[in-house]
Amino acid sequence: MEVNGYYFNDGKAEKEEDAPEKPPEEKELSGGGREDAVAESSGGGVPRERLASHSRTRQRIDSLKKNRPPFPWFGMDIGGTLVKLVYFEPKDITAEEEQEEVENLKSIRRYLTSNVAYGSTGIRDVHLELKDLTLCGRKGNLHFIRFPTQDMSVFLQMGRDKHFSSLHTTLCATGGGAYKFEPDFRTMADLQLHKLDELDCLVRGVLYIDSVKFNGSSECYYFENPTDPDLCQKKPYNLENPYPLLLVNIGSGVSILAVYSKDNYKRVTGTSLGGGTFLGLCCLLTGCSTFEEALEMASHGDSTRVDKLVKDIYGGDYERFGLPGWAVASSFGNMMCKEKRESVGKEDLARATLVTITNNIGSITRMCALNENINRVVFVGNFLRINTLSMRLLAYAMDYWSKGQLKALFLEHEGYFGAVGALLELLNPSQL
Amino acid sequence: MAASGQMKRSSHSMDKSIILPPDEIFRNLENAKRFAIDIGGSLTKLAYYSTVQHKVAKVRSFDHTGKEAVDEPLYEISVQEEVTARLHFIKFENAYIETCLDFIKDHLVNTETKVIKATGGGAYKFKDLIEKKLQLKVDKEDEMSCLIKGCNFVLKNIPHEAFVYVKHADPEFRFQTTQPDIFPYLLVNIGSGVSIVKVESEDKFERIGGSSIGGGTFWGLGALLTNTKRFDELLQLASRGQHASVDMLVKDIYGGGYSCLGLTGDLIASSFGKSATEDREFSKADMAKSLLHMISNDIGQLACLYAKLHNLNRVYFGGFFIRGHPVTMHTITYSINFFTKGEVQALFLRHEGYLGAIGAFLKGAEEDTDPNQYSWGENYAGSSGLMSVSPELYPMQRTRSGTFPFDMLEMDRLDRQLVNLPLLLDPSSYIPDTVDLTEDAMAREYWLSCFEEALDGVVSRAVASQPDLTDAKERAEKFSQKYQHKLKTLRQQPFAYGSLTVRSLLDTREHCLNEFNFPDPYSKIKQRENDWALKFFHKVVKSLESLNWEERQFSLVKGLLAGNVFDWGAKAVSDILVTDPDFGFEEAKQQLQERPWLIDTYNKWIERLKGPPHKCALFFVDNSGIDIILGVFPLVRELLCRGTEVILASNSGPALNDVTYSELQILTERIAAMDSVIQSGVQKEQLILVQSGSSSPCLDLSRLDKGLATVVRERHTDLVIIEGMGRAIHTNFYAALCCESLKLAVIKNSWLADRFGGKIFSVVFKYEQPCK
Repeated sequence: MEVNGYYFNDGKAEKEEDAPEKPPEEKELSGGGREDAVAESSGGGVPRERLASHSRTRQRIDSLKKNRPPFPWFGMDIGGTLVKLVYFEPKDITAEEEQEEVENLKSIRRYLTSNVAYGSTGIRDVHLELKDLTLCGRKGNLHFIRFPTQDMSVFLQMGRDKHFSSLHTTLCATGGGAYKFEPDFRTMADLQLHKLDELDCLVRGVLYIDSVKFNGSSECYYFENPTDPDLCQKKPYNLENPYPLLLVNIGSGVSILAVYSKDNYKRVTGTSLGGGTFLGLCCLLTGCSTFEEALEMASHGDSTRVDKLVKDIYGGDYERFGLPGWAVASSFGNMMCKEKRESVGKEDLARATLVTITNNIGSITRMCALNENINRVVFVGNFLRINTLSMRLLAYAMDYWSKGQLKALFLEHEGYFGAVGALLELLNPSQL
Repeated sequence: MAASGQMKRSSHSMDKSIILPPDEIFRNLENAKRFAIDIGGSLTKLAYYSTVQHKVAKVRSFDHTGKEAVDEPLYEISVQEEVTARLHFIKFENAYIETCLDFIKDHLVNTETKVIKATGGGAYKFKDLIEKKLQLKVDKEDEMSCLIKGCNFVLKNIPHEAFVYVKHADPEFRFQTTQPDIFPYLLVNIGSGVSIVKVESEDKFERIGGSSIGGGTFWGLGALLTNTKRFDELLQLASRGQHASVDMLVKDIYGGGYSCLGLTGDLIASSFGKSATEDREFSKADMAKSLLHMISNDIGQLACLYAKLHNLNRVYFGGFFIRGHPVTMHTITYSINFFTKGEVQALFLRHEGYLGAIGAFLKGAEEDTDPNQYSWGENYAGSSGLMSVSPELYPMQRTRSGTFPFDMLEMDRLDRQLVNLPLLLDPSSYIPDTVDLTEDAMAREYWLSCFEEALDGVVSRAVASQPDLTDAKERAEKFSQKYQHKLKTLRQQPFAYGSLTVRSLLDTREHCLNEFNFPDPYSKIKQRENDWALKFFHKVVKSLESLNWEERQFSLVKGLLAGNVFDWGAKAVSDILVTDPDFGFEEAKQQLQERPWLIDTYNKWIERLKGPPHKCALFFVDNSGIDIILGVFPLVRELLCRGTEVILASNSGPALNDVTYSELQILTERIAAMDSVIQSGVQKEQLILVQSGSSSPCLDLSRLDKGLATVVRERHTDLVIIEGMGRAIHTNFYAALCCESLKLAVIKNSWLADRFGGKIFSVVFKYEQPCK
């Protein structure tokens, strides 16, 4: 059986393939993943299914060529704080293709793949690159690039300089910025955006990346022994049957989705206390200006100097209500007192901000999980990037407050799933 | 978490030169016992039980056996001392704690009390001080259980305790009617942290959740961000700010709304999101506002998630974050509306600040007798209204101005339990009052002026009622000032004591009169009129007997209506009665509107009377004198003759010239001696007298004496007659009962008559049968 249920609909696609005009389904574009999945799977039914479809696959690859969009293949997610860009670099370019390839396309490919940083703020997350991926019958590498939304105009300028519009490609974009910046794309870079719903893309991207695996190892992981700091360690998690799943996307704000199947999900709720709040408050409280700086400070701080704990009020546990003494009673509660305000350091404040925001997301998530009767939670979003502190805190909170009933899961490609979903939409438009 | 902020102002000492006005605060300390104290982050709440010596007017029948003493009054009136129980709650800033303790020590004389119950985060801190000053042992009680106990107590005993807050609406406060069953509910206590408690019964509650993002977060983080130290200053700062310049809104990300999810553009996508991406200065007010929204929304969201999980729709908010602050009540309300799509309303409590102190007190009281066996009533004379002198509002300015801010709540113990009339169609939707003056500005203006204008008359009758007491004039003047002050407060803050109604204005006046020892200003007038009317009873009965059935029924109703004209509460009538001593029963009949009346279902009533007799009629009576003797008794007589049992319900205590239970006992005895039908009715217990449990000219059918309710149920009452403006027009005009009812009154006020589309002395005759 295929991983994830993500392929589940592929069966349908094969039945429908009598209609060759129809755009291909996910199966082809995730061919690489499929092989991985099969390699791991020992179920008897799977190979049989593969054999049966073998000759058809050839046929379909031919039809693919016709329907395949021209390069370059991008997927873009324009969030409130960060723009996430995924770029597929084909590695199976034939000599013939090489000759046909226009200069502009070559230059974009070379620019993106030969650099790890773009301008002053653009960054390619090299460690996340997915190698030898088969997408739409093409083999290549998937690159993950991000830059601040603030620098959108610089990006558009670059697009204009590199004559992006001459490539006649469709730029699939999601996130709020796809709407906000649509006119700018048109006027500044002569580009028409294909706007996509961010939650559709997110769900699609998560299910896809998890299914193709992370260069052979697991995309999904969890923390073993989350309540014991000495024994706590990262472990791969097999998200084979993911449904139902609570998907918590922590970007500038937070969206919480309940996912019941590949096409059936709902947004349960959200909160405005997200990554933007952490960074925003840190900037105001400590004068820092980047997420990295804020996290670095937080890692050296002590939040218990800032927060009022249960034991600060009750001298120990509040037994009447089963509250442990170490639990935070009031975030920033010690800061009501002038003397304590004067004695805390910036690092303590950064740490307290991180802990406050993280715990709050944890408790809202836990309540949603209870209300929706779901016991697996996948946390994604760029707030978790290089943020082991928050991940371990979330893992701990889920486990402790649910008495082991809830499991917190994380994905390696944290914030890129919306962009991946947008790319998948380019290659395989959903029939809506 | 329940604990309120530990932060104290830099010093607890205060200017000792401030002299406490003992008459006004810490009243009745001489007999005080059972103290309780709740010390929060900035305010102290003190509770004690005391007894109050009251003058009460007692009536006692003269011994008439043997001979008819024609010229002697029927009964004598004496003013006696009576002791009633009262709970006192006083709230003041922690800065005054030492002075207050000194004051209490100096004035506490008769107490046998050895311990003081204490709760709140500051109880520990001030333990030694309290023990040293008061020589009482501090006995700590769990904060949360005190809070819940207090909450149950106010929800059960104070009508209009809970309200919904709607900013910019008129009125901003919408009071909820008291539910017969207050459980289950969710209490969200926002102290420095947040505790979410599910309360299922008097003794069963559970902390089902909480959050560390609470009032302490607003205060602490706010102080860091804005360098503003005090909580109330931070709130003021926030109320001036624009959160959108700090928060990242949906439209900042999308350029507009995210319509497919129903997220509007103005929704906050990321709190403080702009300060993460924009390198510029942010205004303090804007940051404070953003923080307020962030915290309120977060608490609201969690409260909704817990309410949903536990399937609860009554959610009360309390704690220092909320306490009397319109700003936070608004943001919490907004958040709850948003997250529940209007399905759950955020409820707030008028006496929220006292819950801990009330609960701690009750815990102490329970050790001897269970306070829950009594009903309690808010004393309007001794209680500060909502937000009238509330010390949490701008305490700094108050301190600077040298005034001493105190907030008080006094609750009188009612000797008997009050319950619903068992015949109410739907107790949960019953609202006694016909017009809510907090909503109806025009009516409010009229009635406030009306009560102001009538004040001189009330004062002079009060003085006249105590000709032998030299200080009567002085006390009457104090009464006048107090009531005037209450009216002034209500003009500015109509919501001060819950919904403002004609009933509450009348009750407040009675409470103020009692406060200054005018227990029954109309006692002599009532006595005179009773004596006078009794002389005509025989004649009236005789003339009725000469009529045929149909004529007699009409004459009975007309007599009842004419009797109801004699109402000293109506200024138009009291003016006539003062100037024209010859104005009598026949003159009153002349004044009545001819049929068809303003509301006239008389024909339906007659048709009904042609049918089988009622099993039992409950009759809420009104005035003394002509009303009760020549109006009510002939009708009672007729009902008894038909074979209908009659329960006459009269006030337990005096109000205006309304006949009281003890007066009615004497009157009935006297009439029974004159009339065989009444005599037989009394003897066979077909005519019984009960007290209503009320001392108001109006009638709240949800707070009636338990004994009355029992008799009504036992006798299978199938008819309720409610007489008079106060009981049938100002209240209960729309009351729906599950049996037949007859509401009748003469409108003795031209403004009110005009509102009904009629003239003064218009008649309301409203006979109703329950919907099948």
